[in-house]
Amino acid sequence: MRAFAVGGTAALLSVGLFLALWGSPPDAYQGEYVRIMYVHVPAAVSAYGAAAVAFGAGALYLWRRDRRWDFVGRAGAELAALFSGLTLLTGMLWGKPVWGVWWAWDARLVTTAVLFLLYVGCLLVRDLADDPERGRRLSAAVAVLAFLDVPVVHYSVVWFRTLHQGPSISLQGVKLAPEFLLPLAVNAVAYLALLSVLLAERARLASLEGER
Amino acid sequence: MSPWAWVLTAYGCAALLVGVYAWRLWRRLRQVSRARLGEGET
Repeated sequence: MRAFAVGGTAALLSVGLFLALWGSPPDAYQGEYVRIMYVHVPAAVSAYGAAAVAFGAGALYLWRRDRRWDFVGRAGAELAALFSGLTLLTGMLWGKPVWGVWWAWDARLVTTAVLFLLYVGCLLVRDLADDPERGRRLSAAVAVLAFLDVPVVHYSVVWFRTLHQGPSISLQGVKLAPEFLLPLAVNAVAYLALLSVLLAERARLASLEGER
Repeated sequence: MSPWAWVLTAYGCAALLVGVYAWRLWRRLRQVSRARLGEGET
């Protein structure tokens, strides 16, 4: 089952990469830079997914005090930090050639940076606490609170006037042409599959180590 | 830098970041599994 999940994820990522680099046409305005979208947006979606897992597992740990939820919560927080960090990094590599700056004090960028720092903090409070159980509880509480930033990140481009573009996919409709939508959808599914595999394996490691 | 250089840098960074994380995770899992197997044998 594990080999199937890893193999399936690798196959999905390969198809996604092919569509992103060869299947997608260049954009009329951004040219080839649009290809960065196929790594940037799936990374952001994965960060949201990992944050949701950390939130759910954190809430369940605070309620039930079952160590299994702590293992899942730790995996979720670690991957939320990894993918929000990747979102920031790829965003900067997209922003510099398109906007002319690596960074702007823009609502979407700032709230995403806050999300990244919240999950780094979530991991730090666990490791820095003197009492392991206190560290686990604090970490779960931070994961629950950190998730409140996810809707703020998502709607920041709607609530504020930002340099970052508005949502291309929303309840109001899809603003992307099919030739861009297909590679984006395939890559989003591939990244979510990657997130699921990494989550399962990280939680398994935490459980094997019985870590604090 | 050419547009393709920016694109490939972004993909390279993603592959490096996720790849290093996955590789370290896999290595640690292998170590822990081996240690537990060793404990079971003794």
